[in-house]
Amino acid sequence: MSTIRCDIVSAEEEIFHGNVQMVVAAGELGELGIAPRHAPLITRLKPGQVRVILENGDEQFFYVSGGILEVQPQVVTVLADTAIRAKDLDEAAARKAKEEAERALANRTDAIEVAQAQAELAQALAQLQALERLRKNLKH
Amino acid sequence: MAGGREIKTKIKSVQNTRKVTRALEMVSASKIRKAQDLMKASRPYARLMRQVIGHIAKANTEYKHPFLVARKDVKRVGYIVVSTDRGLCGGLNSNLFRRLLGEIREWQERGVEIDVVAIGSKASAFFKRLKVNLVGTATHLGEKPQVAALVGVIKVMLDAYTEGRIDQLKLGYSDFVNTMTQKPTIDVLLPLPPSQDLSTTHDWDYIYEPSPETVLDHVLTRYIESLVYQATLENLASEHAARMVAMKSASDNATKAIETLSLIYNKARQAAITQEISEIVGGAAAV
Repeated sequence: MSTIRCDIVSAEEEIFHGNVQMVVAAGELGELGIAPRHAPLITRLKPGQVRVILENGDEQFFYVSGGILEVQPQVVTVLADTAIRAKDLDEAAARKAKEEAERALANRTDAIEVAQAQAELAQALAQLQALERLRKNLKH
Repeated sequence: MAGGREIKTKIKSVQNTRKVTRALEMVSASKIRKAQDLMKASRPYARLMRQVIGHIAKANTEYKHPFLVARKDVKRVGYIVVSTDRGLCGGLNSNLFRRLLGEIREWQERGVEIDVVAIGSKASAFFKRLKVNLVGTATHLGEKPQVAALVGVIKVMLDAYTEGRIDQLKLGYSDFVNTMTQKPTIDVLLPLPPSQDLSTTHDWDYIYEPSPETVLDHVLTRYIESLVYQATLENLASEHAARMVAMKSASDNATKAIETLSLIYNKARQAAITQEISEIVGGAAAV
């Protein structure tokens, strides 16, 4: 039985690598079964299962939330997304990033500055306390 | 005994500070390891991604993606700046900002405008004060940054590039060389620098599903995302390394301060005792 190398990775970690008999994945235009000597192909994946059939006939399942599948003569590569991605979700994320920037610009007292001010306050208080103690001791 | 108690209090407070800096130092030391593991885990993706892009470049595609085409005149430049969320990490952020500021001034002298997206609170606060055009921020990514948290800011810039609002996109971050060295780095993200083996075009092409445009767009977007994600991880490792070193020197300084203060305290005590004895002796002699 001939096999083909298969790499499944996501941006955050390596998920699987090894020789397999077949890779089955949900491509954007339908279910794909990739066996050795498949023609070069590149496709987007839909969220769903990627199934690999190992050399000894065992099966392994991985869930991917989308990604890219590339077939080369020697290797099948699955570049998995780490989270569900859709056009409108991405756009919402972009909007949020913009809004946060606007808020940072508009708001003079955002969280960092408050934290900084608090730190300075604590320092000043400590110094005042020390001074107070010093003064008391001098009086005695 | 004049000032004895004040010195004692001061010593106590320095000791407490040293406790804090020691703790921070140790926490950072352990977090470097984790950050490095994250860096290592993200490498296969970037490597395979480059491979796929290399294959695409070799394949006989008619379609030229805008990310791959350099533009002649640059009117506006985008910067993605990766900084830390928290301070107490030595000159890490300020070194990076200084380099960026140099570049930005150069652009501005040539009449080129600047857009910035900030990753991390420090960059957000810095560029807010600078009055450059801050178009997006992502802060509080935590100890295990997720790609999902970065998608928004990256998309802001990629959209700006596709729509022609910016003509170049750069990425600034602190590169983790080793625990002692972190290098402020500025890379060009867009247009993507052409790969070396472009010349060998083969006479094969992929079967694209659904179409070359969508697939290429997807691949390149993910590639940029993975580059920014990796920069974030590099920056995280750098942050902990820089903090560890800064806190170590702070602890050392505290130890020195305690030594000096103890010396002063002991001298004061000695002086007080001597004075007391001489007073007693003087008193006894008078009687």
